[in-house]
Amino acid sequence: MSYIKPQFHHPELKKNKVGYYKTDYEGVISTLCAGCGHDSISSAIVHACYEISLEPHRLAKLSGIGCSSKTPAYFLSNSHGFNSVHGRMPSVATGAGLANRDLIYMGISGDGDTASIGMGQFVHAVRRNINMVYIVMNNGCYGLTKGQDSATADFGSISKSGSENPYTAIDLVGLALELNAGFVGRSFSGDKSQLVPMIKAALSHPGFAFIDVISPCVTFNNNQGSTKSYSYVRDHIEATSVLDFVPFEEEIKVDYEDGTSAELELFNGSKIVLSKISSHWDPRNKILAKKYLNESKENGQILTGLFYIDTETESFHKKLNTVTTPLNKLSKNDLCPGSSKLTDINKTFM
Amino acid sequence: MEQESLFNDMVIRFANVNGTGSASANEMFAKSLFKMGLPVTAKNIFPSNIQGLPTWYEVRISEKGYLGRREGIDIIVAVNPQSLEQDIKDVKSGGYLIYDNSKLLYDNYKREDINFIGIPMIEMSAQNYNSARHQQLFKNIIYVGAVACLINMDIDTIKEVITEQFKSKEKLIPPNFKALDLGINYVRENLNYPIKYCVKKSNKTDGKIIIDGNTATGLGAVYAGATMMAWYPITPSTSVASAFEKYCKKLRVDPETGKNKYAFIQAEDELAAIGMVIGANWNGARAFTATSGPGVSLMNEFIGLSYFAEIPVVLINVQRGGPSTGMPTRSQQADVISCAYASHGDTKHPMLIPSTPTECFEYTAKAFDLAERSQTLVFLLTDLDLGMNNHLTDELSWDDTQEYDRGKVLDEEMLERMTEKFGRYLDVDDDGIPYRTIPGTHPTKGAYFTRGTSRDEYAKYTEDGKVYAKNMDRLSKKWDTIKALVPSARIHSSDQSTKIGMLYYGTSFYPSTEATDMLTDHGIHITKIEIKAFPFSDNVKETIDKLDFVFVVDQNRDGQMRTLLINELNIDPHKLISVLNYDGTPITADKIFKEISSHKVLDLATQN
Ligand SMILES: Cc1ncc(C[n+]2csc(CCOP(=O)(O)OP(=O)(O)O)c2C)c(N)n1
Ligand code: SF4
Ligand SMILES: [Mg+2]
Repeated sequence: MSYIKPQFHHPELKKNKVGYYKTDYEGVISTLCAGCGHDSISSAIVHACYEISLEPHRLAKLSGIGCSSKTPAYFLSNSHGFNSVHGRMPSVATGAGLANRDLIYMGISGDGDTASIGMGQFVHAVRRNINMVYIVMNNGCYGLTKGQDSATADFGSISKSGSENPYTAIDLVGLALELNAGFVGRSFSGDKSQLVPMIKAALSHPGFAFIDVISPCVTFNNNQGSTKSYSYVRDHIEATSVLDFVPFEEEIKVDYEDGTSAELELFNGSKIVLSKISSHWDPRNKILAKKYLNESKENGQILTGLFYIDTETESFHKKLNTVTTPLNKLSKNDLCPGSSKLTDINKTFM
Repeated sequence: MEQESLFNDMVIRFANVNGTGSASANEMFAKSLFKMGLPVTAKNIFPSNIQGLPTWYEVRISEKGYLGRREGIDIIVAVNPQSLEQDIKDVKSGGYLIYDNSKLLYDNYKREDINFIGIPMIEMSAQNYNSARHQQLFKNIIYVGAVACLINMDIDTIKEVITEQFKSKEKLIPPNFKALDLGINYVRENLNYPIKYCVKKSNKTDGKIIIDGNTATGLGAVYAGATMMAWYPITPSTSVASAFEKYCKKLRVDPETGKNKYAFIQAEDELAAIGMVIGANWNGARAFTATSGPGVSLMNEFIGLSYFAEIPVVLINVQRGGPSTGMPTRSQQADVISCAYASHGDTKHPMLIPSTPTECFEYTAKAFDLAERSQTLVFLLTDLDLGMNNHLTDELSWDDTQEYDRGKVLDEEMLERMTEKFGRYLDVDDDGIPYRTIPGTHPTKGAYFTRGTSRDEYAKYTEDGKVYAKNMDRLSKKWDTIKALVPSARIHSSDQSTKIGMLYYGTSFYPSTEATDMLTDHGIHITKIEIKAFPFSDNVKETIDKLDFVFVVDQNRDGQMRTLLINELNIDPHKLISVLNYDGTPITADKIFKEISSHKVLDLATQN
């Protein structure tokens, strides 16, 4: 069972800019299987939040149901969390975001949670451009219900029981691009150097930021023939770019070779620096992103990196023209029209 | 025909084709009667279709203020050839059929026992208006004029209503007046008027308005401070959403910035709608949804989450005819059980059950207080008849000194002062209701993990059966607390001692009131129990215990309220006798009267 880790700060540990130690971003001890990719993603989230000096109570974490959806308990104990129902986290996050536009929302889901039962809600969260980071911990199977194939399992991928998947996979990255998500990335749970900056950048993105993280299930989908196993992913991974994230106010120290780096400014002044591996890569070009994604699929490669970013997207609150004060902070004075107005309204029904 | 006039007591039905603009003409007709000081209700009987099918608009005028549906239609204004044959059959013996005699009536349609009055509606409108659209629209006003003259309505009042209606489109006033006069003059020049059923001014509408329940509900949510509504279109609840949006646009836009102090979201389905509402309430905003039976069915999983994770939600269910898609445009009270115990596992949900639009307004506001106070989902249970039809009702009122009850929420200061460990599900006050915190309130205190899985008092996951059971028991205790927070049943004892009772709820209020008077006139005295909410207040069982038999009026097939009473209050089933109506039309006083007055238990009871 989960329990709280002892809070002990080594004297040499450093506080971040808002005065928190890295341990302040941790959660209760994970009950997932040892070696589960999901735990590495949790740890990347801890890193990212600590490094960008995010105040834990300014973030709310939400999830659906699944092994992946349990993880919000394993990071950011000082943040409110909401483990909702299977496949419906997007709607809960949408409502939460409407109530308070000032918080940061992190949604955690699984491939079953998003690509099957929750597909409808996922699609509409993208369409509405909810201001949130949406991470899918993608293991190609339903971990919590003992390893059934999910809709992201690749065609021909072999499950632990030895059967071959006869259906084509739903590629959530391709879908998010198609739906005009303003931030689309893919990473691998085992690649912290890519994943941590990607999460940091996503947290600073002003709209819907989607990250598909390949995250092997060591218990049910790490066998030979599975295309979501550690060994398969390591052998077939190809990165579009090396990514770094520079928070606002921090001097840009990252130095990339001329002609290979692209710098992108985010809404709060933070910057993403991308070092391109593919020489003609430009993450602001969606058409190209789709093209490379498709090409890599043809070649049997798993393309990772930040595929697309549009820093100018119109947020949901902007679309709704809501007041800048969070709706949950409005008082009766702001909201109730009062009895004299009601007298006028009554007259319209006489 | 030699006749004695019957003043201010009639049912008049307009038979139209939907999509032809008759609705607004009919509404002007009803409104004019209201403005003449007459108690009036109007019921729309409409198809689940946009254009071309029969639709009826039934207006009841009752000086005595009986506003339920009544059997026996005194006048039918037959404007729809499709339904003409049936309409002729539906006129009460001695009544009137007002029809369009631009075309000849088949001989075999004729009836000897009713009066036929022909008005050349199509002919007159064709002669006076050019476009086909205008001919169709003004034909409606022509018949309003003719009927108004036949029943002796005050013409100036109708003109006043027309003027008001077209305040912002003044151009339309003269042609409407012209159409009205065409109808009036035709009657004056060609017919004997007034007919037997006629009206005269009265003063029975002082302090009253005429409004539909859904508008009052939407407005109630605005007054209650709801800042978010998420919904998915479904008849008959859609107009709750429209009303909320309409009044928000009027009353909730910041005059300085032009920005909205509300969010109005048409969700992708009902699952998403309630998911958003749960998310917003969890995050400290007042949010609600409105739907009907099929939507509630879809929302079931989330309803259980709200119950178990203790998140306030206001869910408005405007009931329609079920099961499945059922009769989407007809009224029923058939979701009583499915709402009371919605979702899997042991669950129970408070339901507020208004009977009038005024109560829709008040109970909607109450629902938000109750949901936040008791941290659970609250149903507002209305029906199509209440929601979509205009009813005469008390003016809406609001007490400005009344504060919103936001329930047990720990704010930053309270958390700061707190020395003990925060326990989200700790029963600190011994009322079953714990304290909650809103995300973002305090940097280091009050954060917890909300989940629909079993957890301990500190919101930590556990599969310990004892801890789970203890939590379920606390939820039962909370239920007892809620009992004192919901509106009590209204008991109307008879002047005479009696062992017979009648229990009803929601829109059955109207016919039940009338039926009681009919019964009294026949020497049958009854005690009335008007249920206003679930859980049942203590006076329900106390009153039933004193009676031998109680007739339970239910507008569903299975006597759902009766079942709920037996189940919750452990009442001897023999004592509760169902009076049912489930054909989709609102139950009538005649039906209630007939079933009760002819029931054999009356003899048994009076033997005491
Ligand atoms: C309505 C509903 N149906 C089924 C389940 C059972 N269930 C729990 S988790 C899960 C699949 C989870 O798969 P995924 O989202 O990929 O998460 P993983 O465990 O692989 O991380 C299912 C089917 C449920 N909780 N709720
Ligand atoms: S079953 Fe698979 S996904 Fe679930 S915890 Fe174990 S390794 Fe992770
Ligand atoms: Mg999975």
